[in-house]
Amino acid sequence: MAKLNQSTAVAYSKIYSIGAARGDLTVTNEDIAGPINSSDEWITQRTGIVTRTRASKDRSLMDMAVEASNEAISKAGIKPSEIEAVIFSTITHPYQTPSAAALLADLVGANPAPAFDISAACAGYCYGIAQADSLVRSGTAKYVLVVGGEKLSDFIDPTDRSISFLLGDGAGAAIVGPSDSPGISKSVWGSDGSKWEAVGMTGSLLDFRDGTGAWPTLVQEGQTVFRWAVWEMVKVAKQALEVAGVKAEDLNAIVMHQANERIIDEMAKQLALPEHVVVAKDIKTSGNTSAASIPLAMHALLEQGQIKSGDLALQIGFGAGLAFGAQVVVVP
Amino acid sequence: MALSAAEVLAGLAAIVTDETGIATDAIALDKSFTDDLDIDSISMMTIVVNAEDKFDVKIPDEEVKNLLTVGDAVNYITKAQG
Repeated sequence: MAKLNQSTAVAYSKIYSIGAARGDLTVTNEDIAGPINSSDEWITQRTGIVTRTRASKDRSLMDMAVEASNEAISKAGIKPSEIEAVIFSTITHPYQTPSAAALLADLVGANPAPAFDISAACAGYCYGIAQADSLVRSGTAKYVLVVGGEKLSDFIDPTDRSISFLLGDGAGAAIVGPSDSPGISKSVWGSDGSKWEAVGMTGSLLDFRDGTGAWPTLVQEGQTVFRWAVWEMVKVAKQALEVAGVKAEDLNAIVMHQANERIIDEMAKQLALPEHVVVAKDIKTSGNTSAASIPLAMHALLEQGQIKSGDLALQIGFGAGLAFGAQVVVVP
Repeated sequence: MALSAAEVLAGLAAIVTDETGIATDAIALDKSFTDDLDIDSISMMTIVVNAEDKFDVKIPDEEVKNLLTVGDAVNYITKAQG
């Protein structure tokens, strides 16, 4: 019997680069306060968001994904044709099929790379990094493009007081590839479908088709999500540090999903982070961009010089599913 | 040993003060968390989780909306203690 060839594993993987693209509109709290009978002060106090970036009708999810990807590919110093897998995490690609990833792969010059979407909402980027790490280290793919991108403004209700006013649009991209030294720790990831209804849509597309429901928009049970996001995710963050073999004081930064500044602050408090650990707060000007928020926040920290290449960062995503993912990464 | 309602009130008031900065003596049984103490839903959940730890009780999410006043919370915690 012939002996099968299997892929040859490589020891380590790392993130080579990060790219970012945001919406072209800056939406203030005043702009959205009216329909929810609120105010700039109320929104700022409860969420930390001062402005959020949203995309106009002419700027699509794919436009932002291509822009972020091109930046990541260029900064990685690789040719698009060297990309051997494209993973696109999104909940706002407006087609059931084909995947957003296949079109993205073609548009950035990575055709015919295998390409697929993942649906893990605000945990999606960390899910993508976990998968890319495995694909690279198993030898299945040399370079993987991971994108977290959302145009959430297509799925909001201006009168919703639970989540819509938090949301923004954007895309973040990363190139993952082989490394001589460890660059991505083992991921801690999972889900809790018993809380499936805690964050999600107001109804299904079938309800909309049948006239029994409105156009589905995002909605959440705020208190349930807050409790889970802080007290359960603190455990996940600690576990991620433990499996990575690093302590909180070894970190240079923590990049949490930018859900709400109150969640970020409470989780940072619970983790008792040393003062030198930078806590990403991109939410103040980008809003909550779901799968895009972690790469956008890390990109902003790099641009602002708050972190540098070679630093250690804990990244943790959490959201609808309820799904969560965390890993410690070496900053590209 | 289970704490008395007065002891639960004192402990709860300390948690509320820690979260909100409201003076402990302003936190009385008849005060509404939202209307009188101006505590929002996120602070309320922080208070609930800290109370769970302090008093070793479980306060499910669906129960939190029934805790309208400080007295409601004190009653719930007092009864829920082992």
